[in-house]
Amino acid sequence: MSVGAGIENNMPGGGAQAAALGACSAGDPAGRRRDIGLKRRYRAEKRFRFYGIAAIVFGLFFLVLLLWSIFAHGFGAFWQTTITLPVALEAQVIDPDNRLAAEPQSVSDPHFLAMIDYPLLLRRALAQKLGVAADDRAAMREIGQMISPSARGQMRRFLGANPQAIGTVQTIRFLASANVDAAFKGQINFSLPQDKRKISDRQRQWITLLSKEGLLHKSFNTGLFTRPASANAESSGLAVALIGSFYIILIVLVLALPIGVITAIYLEEYAGKNGFTDMIEVNINNLAAVPSIVFGILGLSVFINFLGLPRSASLVGGLVLSLMTLPTIIIAARVALQAVPVSIRAAALGLGASHTQTVFHHVLPLAAPGILTGTIIGLARALGETAPLLLIGMVAFIANYPHSPLDPATALPVQIYMWAGEAERSFVERSSAAIIVLLAILTLMNVTAVFLRRRFEKRQ
Amino acid sequence: MTAKYAAVKPKRVKMRGENVTVFYGNKQALHGVTLDIAANKVTALIGPSGCGKSTFLRCLNRMNDTIEGARVEGVITLDGEDIYAPDIDVVELRARVGMVFQRPNPFPKSIYDNVAYGPRIHGLTKNRAELDEIVEKSLKSAGLFDEVKDRLHDAGTGLSGGQQQRLCIARAIAVSPEVILMDEPCSALDPIATARIEELIDDLRKNYTIAIVTHSMQQAARVSQYTAMFHLGSLVEMGETKIIFTSPKERRTQDYITGRFG
Ligand SMILES: Nc1ncnc2c1ncn2[C@@H]1O[C@H](COP(=O)(O)OP(=O)(O)OP(=O)(O)O)[C@@H](O)[C@H]1O
Ligand SMILES: [Mg+2]
Repeated sequence: MSVGAGIENNMPGGGAQAAALGACSAGDPAGRRRDIGLKRRYRAEKRFRFYGIAAIVFGLFFLVLLLWSIFAHGFGAFWQTTITLPVALEAQVIDPDNRLAAEPQSVSDPHFLAMIDYPLLLRRALAQKLGVAADDRAAMREIGQMISPSARGQMRRFLGANPQAIGTVQTIRFLASANVDAAFKGQINFSLPQDKRKISDRQRQWITLLSKEGLLHKSFNTGLFTRPASANAESSGLAVALIGSFYIILIVLVLALPIGVITAIYLEEYAGKNGFTDMIEVNINNLAAVPSIVFGILGLSVFINFLGLPRSASLVGGLVLSLMTLPTIIIAARVALQAVPVSIRAAALGLGASHTQTVFHHVLPLAAPGILTGTIIGLARALGETAPLLLIGMVAFIANYPHSPLDPATALPVQIYMWAGEAERSFVERSSAAIIVLLAILTLMNVTAVFLRRRFEKRQ
Repeated sequence: MTAKYAAVKPKRVKMRGENVTVFYGNKQALHGVTLDIAANKVTALIGPSGCGKSTFLRCLNRMNDTIEGARVEGVITLDGEDIYAPDIDVVELRARVGMVFQRPNPFPKSIYDNVAYGPRIHGLTKNRAELDEIVEKSLKSAGLFDEVKDRLHDAGTGLSGGQQQRLCIARAIAVSPEVILMDEPCSALDPIATARIEELIDDLRKNYTIAIVTHSMQQAARVSQYTAMFHLGSLVEMGETKIIFTSPKERRTQDYITGRFG
């Protein structure tokens, strides 16, 4: 068969045309080129590129929308308004029964300190500054609404530490109420009629006056990170949730990482392939797909009802989320172990390394970056998990810092959930702020993962 | 089959396979191969692809143990001792029978650590100085030392293919094996690197017994003293290389060597 004939046979509609053109066949550069559908192929590629870019743009658009809405809503919560005032610590308000004269040591008595009418002191100080008569009861009530109830605890601690200050005038900086905070941040719509908004016209004037005198400050809201839960938006913070989440992640890391990696190594490197290991494999894959709330129910019935561990404790949360994270880590670790080239194992075995030496000297180090990535993904998922924690009672108003994983605590996502459910706008703002904090921590974890991965890979 | 091989008896036999049969699952890859590996000689295993050369080689240091479903029958001896006997430790066996693979497979570690790994796990040295010495000696015998002496702590994977293969040879000899098995050690290398390795094999013969699988007839002719021809899982014939290449007894050998099939 000649080459020319072969090509002619492949020509579309070749026969007659080729015959007409006679000698013009293979090897003739001026001759007709075969139509191998290049145009069509390039069109297909272009089309696919377009779909790809469209998909990315679509995804990015929603990501930006999401981030923008969270930041727009939550950014304000990182600043908090305080009022700085000279407050007269009047002896007749602090000690109306003149107890101190008889027994001066009672100033350190918590009961005595708790009975003092601190809001009255603050109201009077503010009224004086604003030129409001102390017997105008309606005005005094509105003044009282401008002060955060948390100022009470602050004053008590101050007096407890400085009893000699009784009878003097002290400059004190305390939190403004959530409504004043909102008004000062320009979040209140004053075109609404007075009874439809949280700040009255009179209060608005006072705010303007205070801010003109430089007594209102917006400063970075450290309380958001250091304060526990509170009924008042302006004084509630993420501290308990942060500590709870920290304990949980620590427990997940300490439990799920070693157990997961050891399981993966055993299944991948030691266990024989038989019906039993197949069954285990199927079950692990199934577990990875089990909805997280099921793990919550499991935790409730096993850890709390059966083992009698305390409710709301981060220990139980950590245990439940460890169970949830385990399959993820096992699967990731197995994939990473499988990806280690056979040639490396052969090299080690061929030198007389034992099976275990091969695994621990060569296979595991090479699999480490993959295991690490899987672990971080698992941890990130555990950090953001809410449903199982609701079931084990980590959704609660907790005003005390948890000192151990056995103390009641909440977790970041649960705190977001609780704040988002509050009616008050200031709580919702804090909810978005908590989301920002959560996202920041997740980003930090992922950056750490990338960094560690690079380090591991460079070492090899 | 056994009868055909009996033509030559090497003077001193280092390893011997008797009636070696290998199954991968249900598939039989070797059919009763009987073959001697002569001490301090190079024995080449040749034959068309898939005929079981690698399989036989892997039996000699029990690397087949690591393959799932592989089953070895027959007797293989090292210095007269059955290496599949229950009291033989496979780790010790592999320290005595080293292996160099078809594709260079250095560990993703430094050049130094690659060579030092074997001596380290077998506890062959008492201190760092001794280890340094072994590493240097092994790299020298593999003809690599001069090229890498200034970068012993750079990654072994950063070397060229030929250098990597010599590194693998250095790594294998660092544990002072008695036998070195090489499975197509030059198939990924250019002619110059190949020539260096062939020289090296000739040098190594003084101290080691070598079995090498190769697809290059010229290579087999150049480096080996004995040649074994495999076909379809059986040994076709075995003899002194110069005889096999000049006057083989079997037609299949003749055809294969002259390139008529394979
Ligand atoms: N791990 C394995 N599992 C199943 N079958 C295998 C395995 N390794 C080899 N075989 C089969 O055993 C037979 C011999 O293979 P082997 O690798 O020994 O051939 P070879 O002579 O080395 O070939 P080549 O020259 O191509 O490397 C082949 O048919 C091959 O398909
Ligand atoms: Mg082979």
